[in-house]
Order: sequence, then C-alpha cells, then structure tokens
Amino acid sequence: MRHLTYLALLVACLLATLPLEFGLGARVYRRWRRAALTILPVAAVFVLWDLLAIHAGWWSYDRAYLVGLDVVDDLPVEELLFFLVVPVCALLTFEAVRRLRPGWVVLPGRKRPPR
Amino acid sequence: MTYTIASAATVVVAAGLDLVVLRTQLLTRRVFWVSYAIVLAFQLLVNGVLTGMRIVRYDPRQIIGWRIAYAPVEDIGFGFGIVVATLAIWVWLGLRMDADDAD
Repeated sequence: MRHLTYLALLVACLLATLPLEFGLGARVYRRWRRAALTILPVAAVFVLWDLLAIHAGWWSYDRAYLVGLDVVDDLPVEELLFFLVVPVCALLTFEAVRRLRPGWVVLPGRKRPPR
Repeated sequence: MTYTIASAATVVVAAGLDLVVLRTQLLTRRVFWVSYAIVLAFQLLVNGVLTGMRIVRYDPRQIIGWRIAYAPVEDIGFGFGIVVATLAIWVWLGLRMDADDAD
C-alpha cells in the first residue's frame, strides 16, 4: 500500500476540492476546454523542468512510495499528475474565492460573474 | 544553488507573464492573493508530507538549505510560478472564450 502514497495524496487533493466545483459552483471542470487550454501548456513547461532537474540530480524520489510507472525516463507518473492536479486545485480555489467575493475585481471594466 | 536560481527565475517569469505579457495583472488583485494564500497553505501541507516522508529528496548542493514545513524554500517559488501562470492564462483565456461568463 505504501506504493500508493504519492498517488493517494494527489487523489486526496482532488477529492478535497470537489466541493468547490459542486458545492460552491466554481465551474472549472464544467469549463473543461478552457481548463485544458490553461493547464496543458503550464504542465508541459513544468514537466520539462522536472525532467531536467531529475536528470541533473537536483531531486529524486523514494520508489517505495511510487506506483512504479514512469512516463518517460525517470519521470514518475505521479509527477505528471502533480502538474495537472496542482493547477486544477489552484483554479478551483481561485474560482471559489470569486464566487464567495463577487465584488472583488479580477479584470477592471468587466462585469461581475452572473448569479 | 542552481535550484535556488531557477526558482527565483520562475517567480520573475511568472510575474512577467501576468504583468507584462498577458497583462492580466492578477498580482495587483486581492482575489489573487487570497487564493494564493489558501493554495500556499495546502502546498506547505502536501509538500510537507512529500518531503517530510522523504518521498522527494533534494541534493543539498542545489538548495540554500532553508526549509519551511520540511520543504526547501525553493519549492515556494516553484509553486508560485505554477499558480500564477495557471491563473493568468485562465483569466486571459476567459476574455476570449466564455460568452456567458464575464471573466
């Protein structure tokens, strides 16, 4: 079960933020095209950085806590998922705050989000 | 020190993306800083577990050695870069995509 540790952490992040989508109406998963166009380039850049850093030995992973599947080279699948999960959670948080504080300006001159 | 430099560079590049390239100006908005504070709190928690359990280990030569909740401070810059880049692109796309949602 220890091999599922990192993966379980990522799943926990997604589960913990689900109420933001369905309870608070963040509408990030609902707007999946915009979310995909946002997350994919960010993930691509950071996955590349991660690969370079792993190759340069900046950091490494204890394989006992990983499922053992590598995307490429030494890049654990959990790292790829990390760069998808973190942006999703950031978007959900941001949109949830916006729902809770509709008066807080995001872009000047734009209308507030519709009720 | 190289991770330290890369981490600082990420902060600068992300800020540049928000303030200059996309001009989303999120770094000037309270809604961003409140959101980032929440995300940062969870980052320290999750990253703390990852590094505290030594699931991720760092070459001491690449970091300055300061840690917050077990994680190298460089991870803060890394996380800031991910969050700012994500939110800036999301907001920027919102200007171009959503017909029924102003932002």
